[in-house]
Amino acid sequence: MRYIIALTLILATLWLAVSGVYKPLILLLGAGSVALVVWIALRMEVVGEEHNPILYSWRLPLYWAWLVWQIVRANLNVARLILSPRGIRPRVITVPTPHRSTVARVTYANSATLTPGTVSLLLTKKELTVHALDTRSAEELEEGALARRIAWLEGSDTEQP
Amino acid sequence: MFDMLIDILSWACLLLGGLVGIIGGLGLVRLPDFFSRLHAAGVAETLCPLLVVLGLVLQSGISLLTLKLVLILLFLLFTAPTATHAVARAALVDGVEPEVTEDDSESTSGEPSSNT
Repeated sequence: MRYIIALTLILATLWLAVSGVYKPLILLLGAGSVALVVWIALRMEVVGEEHNPILYSWRLPLYWAWLVWQIVRANLNVARLILSPRGIRPRVITVPTPHRSTVARVTYANSATLTPGTVSLLLTKKELTVHALDTRSAEELEEGALARRIAWLEGSDTEQP
Repeated sequence: MFDMLIDILSWACLLLGGLVGIIGGLGLVRLPDFFSRLHAAGVAETLCPLLVVLGLVLQSGISLLTLKLVLILLFLLFTAPTATHAVARAALVDGVEPEVTEDDSESTSGEPSSNT
């Protein structure tokens, strides 16, 4: 039930922020749309753990800021490799995923894909298989900075980044 | 004066974003196999929209439009890795083998058009 409330609140905030027109009819249409989306989400049975409000903690913006920085760095590396493709060393590596929740593991896999140089191929409960474009990208993932940040984001690790 | 500075900064971001997009596109053609090309697509769908949206945000100033631009970026960054992963999984299931270099002293085999 709390997931449904959280989803409704998020959707309503989003609609209010994007609409910008606050007339009774428009507001009513907005409320209708939110109700419709929540109903469809319930029918699709996709309302669940990922709508847990706890996930949207103060740590998330910090994590995003750090991730954007990593994305920029990785992009420069891959752009360099594209301009001189002799440097590429494609590899398939497997890294452990020590995180408790599914959401954390998915965030890990998606963050790895989002940083150019690594694309996640297979995610299981214990491991993540990744295709890496060069040695540096592979080593950076194996070194585990991203995994530690995810653990910190999840709250299972008290260590500061 | 300040306005002009913002304008210059914004244009720098937009042009740089365009350049990064072109590099990503170049990578799509230039890199040797399917999986390495995914990384090139990654360049075009992360840094390129980041820079373009940053440039547009500088143009729009602080308004409702800024929020919309940031939301576009957010949705892109949420959906892009999912799509990339889906494509990679589909290729694996279909039997496309990733080209792998084990020996660091040797270059990847079958590298096309390295001098063009």
